[in-house]
Amino acid sequence: MDIIDTREMSKDDILRLLERASEVEGSDALDGCVLALLFFEPSTRTRMSFDAAMKRLGGDTVDMGSVESSSVQKGETLADTVRVVEGYADALVLRHPREGAARLASEFVDVPVINAGDGAGHHPTQTLLDLYTVRENVDAPLGDLHVGIMGDLKYGRTVHSLALALAKFGARITFASPPSLRVPQNVRTELERAGVEYEEVEGVDEAIGSLDVLYATRIQKERFPDEQEYEKVAGEYRVTTETLETARDDLVLMHPLPRVDEIAPEVDRTEHAKYFEQAHNGVPVRMAVLDTVM
Amino acid sequence: MEELKIRPIRNGTVVDHIPQGQALNVLRVLGVDSSTRDVVSVAMNVPSDAMGRKDIVKVEDTEIDSTEADVIALIAPEATVNVVRDYEVREKYDVSMPDEIRDVLSCPNPSCITNSREPVETVFDVRDGEMRCDYCGTVLRDEIAEHLV
Repeated sequence: MDIIDTREMSKDDILRLLERASEVEGSDALDGCVLALLFFEPSTRTRMSFDAAMKRLGGDTVDMGSVESSSVQKGETLADTVRVVEGYADALVLRHPREGAARLASEFVDVPVINAGDGAGHHPTQTLLDLYTVRENVDAPLGDLHVGIMGDLKYGRTVHSLALALAKFGARITFASPPSLRVPQNVRTELERAGVEYEEVEGVDEAIGSLDVLYATRIQKERFPDEQEYEKVAGEYRVTTETLETARDDLVLMHPLPRVDEIAPEVDRTEHAKYFEQAHNGVPVRMAVLDTVM
Repeated sequence: MEELKIRPIRNGTVVDHIPQGQALNVLRVLGVDSSTRDVVSVAMNVPSDAMGRKDIVKVEDTEIDSTEADVIALIAPEATVNVVRDYEVREKYDVSMPDEIRDVLSCPNPSCITNSREPVETVFDVRDGEMRCDYCGTVLRDEIAEHLV
């Protein structure tokens, strides 16, 4: 079984993984197994939490290391790299700058492939830990929720995976972004096919009072032609205590991290801030994923 | 007597009712290029009662089956394909959009893994008139000719 994107996962698949995550602690089900970590892009949380998850399950990891120190530097294709590493491990975790990389890898190997982010494509295990965090903090079915997703919705892979997963449950979604960073057409098409109620706005202020969850994402400087334009846009998509004044008391504020300026530090001290808990949930959720696919 | 603009072929395939200006793209879809050794005739801007003007392509000594011909529907949805043997049309069929298009289109997303040196064919799933890259999910609706491999 591969984990490539949330579009291909059923609602039951997702719920089973979330249930498993809540009970997986203490398991040593992967004793003697080896997980390969292939990160062609920088990562802190995803890489470390997969490493920790595998070790907590009694297994071990082999890490390709940085691209600069690997055969990729010599021009090796991804198809060749994964076929070689398949011989060293029982499953592969892959992060790659190109969209579709995990799908390609899965076609060349027999061991399970887990997509840990493919360019601006998808990041399904981030979505699983996002949903796990929501369930831990909101006392309502996922389908009854109103979720605001804010920031770079065009290139943010965590956004694409989350939106497609929320679509399975029928949650209401409000997307807030600058016009140039709206959700891509392929994601919108999937939402429309799923019959999801969604709206696209430029600011989250009007919707914030009815949100159960606000999911903030980083707006990347390199997406803008000049720094001045970036500063202007980034400032408009910053969550402060002022932004949260009209929010419900039980609003759950999340962020896949790393953050730059999207959430003001004083917000960390509010009851809304769940992003560090969210990051910590990466371990049990990835344990559940590994335990399920390996 | 009507002037004969393009001679009949003895054996091969005639693709008729191609929209004006699309004949060369039909050849690309069919994989006809400089390495092709069969005789290929192209008629462009031919008067047509139904279409006003149309293009016609004839490939001698090659028979295109209906699955191969369906790819033509990408750019010539009204095209008809005639398989000729001994100067007689022995099979005739309309083209219809396939469910999947393999190795005919390049993905318009420059960051798609299929646009790198990887040893893979492009695959597009066809649904509701849209073509969706099987790898990165990018949707291709128009500008198909620009993305013919």
